[in-house]
Amino acid sequence: MKRRIRLILTWTALSAFALAFIYPFIWLLSASFKPRSEVFDHRILPETFTFDNYIKVWQEAPLALWMFNTLLVTVLAAVAVTITSAMVAWGFAYFRFPGRGALFGVVLATMMLPGAVTMIPVFLIWNSLGMVGTLTPLWAQNLFGSAFYIFLLRQFFMGLPREPFEAAKIDGANNWKIFTRIALPLCKPAVVVTLLFEFQAAWTDLMRPLIYLRDSSTFTVPRGLKALLDQFGFGGEWHWEIVMTASVITTIPMIILFFLGQKHFVKGIATTGSKG
Amino acid sequence: MRFTETRAALLFISPWLIGFFIFTAWPVINSAYLSLTDYDVINDPNFIGFDNYVTLFEDPKVGLALRNTFIFTVMSVPAQLVVSLGLALLLNAATRASGFFRTAFFLPKMTPPVAIGILLLMLFNGQNGLINSFLAIFGIDGPAWTTDPDWVKPGLVLMSLWTVGASVVIILAALRGVPQELYDSALVDGAGWWRRTLRITVPMISPTLFFLFIVDSINALQSFTEAYTAFFGSGNTTYSNDAALFYTIYLFQQAFEFLHMGYASALAWLLFIVIMAITVVQILLTRRFVHYEGGQP
Repeated sequence: MKRRIRLILTWTALSAFALAFIYPFIWLLSASFKPRSEVFDHRILPETFTFDNYIKVWQEAPLALWMFNTLLVTVLAAVAVTITSAMVAWGFAYFRFPGRGALFGVVLATMMLPGAVTMIPVFLIWNSLGMVGTLTPLWAQNLFGSAFYIFLLRQFFMGLPREPFEAAKIDGANNWKIFTRIALPLCKPAVVVTLLFEFQAAWTDLMRPLIYLRDSSTFTVPRGLKALLDQFGFGGEWHWEIVMTASVITTIPMIILFFLGQKHFVKGIATTGSKG
Repeated sequence: MRFTETRAALLFISPWLIGFFIFTAWPVINSAYLSLTDYDVINDPNFIGFDNYVTLFEDPKVGLALRNTFIFTVMSVPAQLVVSLGLALLLNAATRASGFFRTAFFLPKMTPPVAIGILLLMLFNGQNGLINSFLAIFGIDGPAWTTDPDWVKPGLVLMSLWTVGASVVIILAALRGVPQELYDSALVDGAGWWRRTLRITVPMISPTLFFLFIVDSINALQSFTEAYTAFFGSGNTTYSNDAALFYTIYLFQQAFEFLHMGYASALAWLLFIVIMAITVVQILLTRRFVHYEGGQP
């Protein structure tokens, strides 16, 4: 009996919290279908149901272009960082060479460096290459791997048994083949986690687009959303319904991404904690 | 044999090695140099010694930004830890449907921070926001969260609790790793839920809580996007608010809005020192409360 009461209490608390966490989504989604005057009426179902906001956002902002820009940056960033981080992680996990421990220590140390320290000189590098204003600085750095993913993937590679690799070596497979044909496929869950994490990070980033993008036609969706907020939310116009609709459009791809890769997301994040 | 293995390893790690020199080592050196100059990108850097560092201590906005950032960190990090631990304990206690609730808690973490900044302005609007409408049900007259300088940071802290989903998932994984035998013997001894939680659960997952405490603090000290979206940016005079001026926002403004690259570099180094100092102090103060199964790692 006592057990039952406790279970009911747990469920009630969980449901209340879950509602509190989900409610902002429902509120936002619902507001995006309301006319301007009803946005703040807090009804779950709009009194006047309208698609106007979506049409207006589409007319006011080059959303399709922003989506395309973001998708381009996101895919390039995720694919680049996954391939190179996996390569580097494999280099650290499989081979034995002098200075390996020290060098890997440097990889870990770079994670401790606040982004603010390198932000300005890195901007100056892209500036001297004439790339400021293009999408390149948003992803090209990922061609050189990223410390966090190198760490994550290395942990995974270290957990693999050595026998299949030694056997392949005796069969005459070269190092690249061993990596791409045996190690990578065995490490698929970690590779998927890296892809998903970086996809999310690149899609949602605001700071780099703020630094590097100047012209509206090059904006990513979050950068465009900030511009819409500055124009329609502030700037004396108070068209919050436009801003909210654009927020919905920016968020939905990430929600879809989560449901596509839910298992990997949850597992990946749980591992991040235990490896710290 | 040894040589070929080293060569192969170097080939595999070469992307990181090259990237390290271009995007970390060189920028660190250059940033240290720039912090000793007056530089606006257009004209060549002008060496001025330690003037920027002297200015740092005289600039009232640096003090303000540091204070804002500390207050936010001190409020948000413990709040996030308590909430995520509470939610994880609840999830762990639920025998069924914990997957559904976990998803509910995690989804907000997927929201782009820009959208979170916008949601903050909407939900916490002093006149007709959802939060104050909810408080009104209980007869509470909610504050002007988005305009009153005293309430801007509490609003940002509450908003940050919405995205504790990742911490919940991490703590839940740690909870599931606590051996059941420990609870069984405690039950035999007649220990109640509170006692079991405080004496067994929390010590057993203390390495995870410690990890989150350090990482969350480092992140909070560098908060940028939510506050910048809501309270700064071109055309934003309505909600422009010094109470939300976090250190990274001030650094960003100095560097990319005023093009004070030298001064901003000095700001970056001060941030680096502050974060390092805080992290070291945190580690020294909390280490003895962390319980490692099988001794120190």
